[in-house]
Amino acid sequence: MGYVAIKGGGKAIEGAADAMEYLRVRQAEGAVPLDIATIENQLYFLHGRILSEGGLYHPKLAALAIKQSLGDTLEASFALRAYRSTKPRLLETAAHDTTDMRLIRRISASFKDIPGGQMLGPTTDYALRLLRMELLNESPEQFQAIAKTLFAGLPEQTVPDSFPKVLDSLRAEGLLPKVNQAAREQPFDITREPLIFPVPRSAALATMARGETGSLLAIAYSNMRGYGDVHPTVAELRVGYLPVMLPHPITGELVEAGEVLMTECEVVAMYQDNENKNALPTFTLGYGACFGHNEVKAISMAILDRALQKGMQDGPENPSEDPEFVLLHVDGIDSMGFASHYKMPHYVTFQSDMDRLRTTRQKQEANDE
Amino acid sequence: MSDINFAFLDEYAKREIRRSIIKAICIPGYQVPYSSREMPMGRGFGTGGLQLTLALIGIDDTLKVIDQGSDDSVNAVNLRKFIEMTCPGINTTTCLQEATLIQSRHRIPERPLRADQILVLQVPYPDALVIVEPSEDKRKIMHGEADYSRLLVKLYEDIVKFDEITISHRYPTRINGHYIIDPSPIPRYDVPRLNNSEALILFGAGREKKIYAVPPHCPAEPLAFDDVPFRIEDFTDSNGERRACRLCGSKTSFLDEFIDEHGVRIYQCSDSDYCEQQQELAHE
Repeated sequence: MGYVAIKGGGKAIEGAADAMEYLRVRQAEGAVPLDIATIENQLYFLHGRILSEGGLYHPKLAALAIKQSLGDTLEASFALRAYRSTKPRLLETAAHDTTDMRLIRRISASFKDIPGGQMLGPTTDYALRLLRMELLNESPEQFQAIAKTLFAGLPEQTVPDSFPKVLDSLRAEGLLPKVNQAAREQPFDITREPLIFPVPRSAALATMARGETGSLLAIAYSNMRGYGDVHPTVAELRVGYLPVMLPHPITGELVEAGEVLMTECEVVAMYQDNENKNALPTFTLGYGACFGHNEVKAISMAILDRALQKGMQDGPENPSEDPEFVLLHVDGIDSMGFASHYKMPHYVTFQSDMDRLRTTRQKQEANDE
Repeated sequence: MSDINFAFLDEYAKREIRRSIIKAICIPGYQVPYSSREMPMGRGFGTGGLQLTLALIGIDDTLKVIDQGSDDSVNAVNLRKFIEMTCPGINTTTCLQEATLIQSRHRIPERPLRADQILVLQVPYPDALVIVEPSEDKRKIMHGEADYSRLLVKLYEDIVKFDEITISHRYPTRINGHYIIDPSPIPRYDVPRLNNSEALILFGAGREKKIYAVPPHCPAEPLAFDDVPFRIEDFTDSNGERRACRLCGSKTSFLDEFIDEHGVRIYQCSDSDYCEQQQELAHE
């Protein structure tokens, strides 16, 4: 008999939890548990991914989620997302202008030089993916020595606090559509309202911002390869810390409450038929942004944003242009949950399946005779 | 757990769910969209049903949780433990008659429900039309127009190809003469018990973010043709006898079929509480 039929379900669950806990501590004597600060700093990209897919900017709890899920990105994001469900929404932030971001990296693929300059910052883009064998047995002393000497001679103020946006110059020239002020005023909150199609662009952006990186990448890649034709140029990709402004509870005045590490990508695509026949054609835009440092996700999202806008205007010709297809399939919490649920007992429904198959077979046998 | 609200969800979330429930009762069979919070268990493990239960439960309630008809299946145990942990003061039971609130996956209990009971069913696919139309936007229009022609064509094609309607569970059922629902993956055996039920029956799809209802005393008819009637699962053996439960001997209940250690096919009640009560009655 299966693992469910008779008594003992509760015991089995407790046993499974113990077995999981054993996996966590099996390194046993001589090992030290993972430190939360270590996870946040040394597993920087993983940590950023959990902040973004979990949809909650809580660096400490994101690190805890990684620790308790043994580094499973889907499980860690899931734990953070579930924690979020216990918290009411107390305030709404106004739309933030990312011009104010304190940047650690910004590049443009569309212009050789940009106002403020290209700033490569931390990236693996041009790194040789050769295994650094010396890190296999790195001692704490070696680790700390690198930290101490790196950038030691650098003057403190070499980088300005903020940079102008690359798109501003294109916009000034009239090559981009004007900013739609009305759309900025009432953003859709996907945590408080269900998606009922057609959905506003803000709902699509919010859904993708906490979407699963691999899912976004796969659908965006289908568009890049030929199931679609966005052909984007990265006008600007920036990574940095955005000051979060909240309305003061009494005065309503905006005050800085903290900052979030985020990645933002703006892509420019070729012009389309304009709805307004009298207006001059302009480039079209795609926008991607997420918590943490995750450039592949921001780029994928920007491409999908452009593809979806095209799909909403002209009707979808490809999966990546279909809002239902993209938005209902990129959430990692939803998709991993449903994939996992097939492991649960289904023997009542399987009994019904067998009944149908047997009856159909009997009928066919009777007809054949 | 001290920083977590009674019944896990914050009060705003519970209020939204209750309002959606009221709307669902007012429009029987209509899928009410709601925002659906993430629960600390997997999407697909009953998070929709769980949110309904958590929004409804109060300390006076007695809760029964079943999965595949059993109170002791791993998922039922898990859900019940979580609800007990986050709702201090409530009672739980395995006895149907004692329960005020019943959360279930894949079964409606064998014995009839009472007017003072609420049954919450967990739903993986809320829309019966999904087998003929993948786009939610288009399905919404079809529901509004009560355009179920493609479902009827699907049933007809089944009969042409197989001489049988092949839908085994999740059988499309028309509620109050208009909306067709997916009654959740209950077997066809359970579908007639949706009709004119004494108890309120609620359906929660967490991942798909929908709530719908079959209110008490509401007509619920499985989709069929005049000359091809709806049929429940067949439990007759090769001699034409209705198979009985090997434990309680019931010849009317929905049976689980499995192979024992000796390779012998055996049958027993899927509803474990019903089966135990039948066995106790036999002893008296």
